[in-house]
Amino acid sequence: MLRLFVHYVLAGIMMTGAAMADSSIIVQSTTSTKNSGLYDYILPMVKADTGITVNVVAVGTGAAIRNAMNCDGDVLLVHSRKREDQFVADGYAKQRFDVMYNDFVIVGPASDPANIKGKQNAAEALTAIANTQSLFASRGDDSGTHSKEKSLWAAAGIDQAAASGQWYRETGSGMGATINAAVGMGGYTLTDRATWINFGNKADFDIVVEGDERLFNPYGVMLISSEKCPNVKAAEGQAFIDWLISDKGQAAIASYQIAGKPLFFPSAK
Amino acid sequence: MNIYLDSLTTALQLIITADAVLLEIISLSLRVSLSALALSCIFGITLGTMLAIRSFRGRGVIISIVNAMMGLPPVVVGLIVYLHLSRSGPLGWMGLLYTPSAMIIAQIILITPIIIALTCQMIEDLHEDYRDLFASLSVSRLSAIKAYIIDARYSLLTVILAGFGRAISEVGAVIIVGGNIDHLTRVMTTTIALETSKGELALALALGAILLAMAMAVNLAATWLKHLAKRRAYA
Repeated sequence: MLRLFVHYVLAGIMMTGAAMADSSIIVQSTTSTKNSGLYDYILPMVKADTGITVNVVAVGTGAAIRNAMNCDGDVLLVHSRKREDQFVADGYAKQRFDVMYNDFVIVGPASDPANIKGKQNAAEALTAIANTQSLFASRGDDSGTHSKEKSLWAAAGIDQAAASGQWYRETGSGMGATINAAVGMGGYTLTDRATWINFGNKADFDIVVEGDERLFNPYGVMLISSEKCPNVKAAEGQAFIDWLISDKGQAAIASYQIAGKPLFFPSAK
Repeated sequence: MNIYLDSLTTALQLIITADAVLLEIISLSLRVSLSALALSCIFGITLGTMLAIRSFRGRGVIISIVNAMMGLPPVVVGLIVYLHLSRSGPLGWMGLLYTPSAMIIAQIILITPIIIALTCQMIEDLHEDYRDLFASLSVSRLSAIKAYIIDARYSLLTVILAGFGRAISEVGAVIIVGGNIDHLTRVMTTTIALETSKGELALALALGAILLAMAMAVNLAATWLKHLAKRRAYA
């Protein structure tokens, strides 16, 4: 009764009682897939093919997983392989599906104070940044990109956290906000390629390091377990996943381009 | 500065072409904030008036708490509402998270203290002036409350506008409980946050200008109503 009452009162005032259509799902997603414009491109196709309205909540991978564990969503789409496997191992999803990949790149100002432009080895590049104490903007927000960045510092054998607040600046924000910060202070940052290509405020910044195999960035998708979360719309959620990994979905992902450049590469098996 | 010119042109373009997405976002912003405002005023003006004219133990403490709550950080309110409305939270069964209703609830919590505190202050001043007169005329408490609210109606308009300003401009709470979902819970402020994170700074600033224009339009409408009412009253 209380539930109906609250809905009635609020929806009555809002006059949007019908806004939550039955065949809609909530996807807890990483920000890069949203900021890159991929969802705007593929979700109308999903709607046309399956009739499902996909509502995307875009937060960092860490926050997306936490929200999913609180049952606040039907599908999880993120990029941090280790934590995805943990999510499945903990029983929050039955299975993880490969969807697509792209790669991370290090971007920096034209002045290139650490002199790393054109380097392929990410660990060497980070070592040069640390040695020259050049500014580096870190996500610092427990996101997939942040995890990747920390693993790269570890590979370079540098304790970057000790320089936090000096040349190593943790913004605690999303990818876009962190690039804005890097541009604002003329420092380097690690970003996924899709967000970078679609980013509007590049100033004189460019990609300085790319091509290291450690910069590989795979995305995975999971249906949140109905056993853990009885409210999950399993049929609709699985239909969305099936569409993503179908030939048609994979072709759609591959065909998403900005300025002639593909942003994501399909990888479903 | 080039970016101001860019954003101004963008803003004008969006308005002149009556951009469909923009209209949807503006209308949701107004519906959420005005709904929150209406409900907050019902609670806030009533409670504020009662707090002003009744004396009881602990009144001072309550007033201090309400005053302090005017400074509630929106992001904290968003977090608390999220924890309650989450499927794993105590009110999760209502399924309100990531709906406009959740955003209204968060904004009610944000602006009700402002309405209560300012109303209380205003009515308290009136009460000082009229208490003895009303007592000598044996005016009932209910009639006194009515008289105060009617007498203070123009000042209350400023209180209401202050609440509206806080509701329409905050982003921290609605982005957490609404999720900034396209076509469902995306409002002006969360769109500005999103465009900023995409590096589309001119567009973000243009939306900011439109938000400001909206707030001004609402304020002008209120001033005009007040003017109209005063003219009729003294005609």
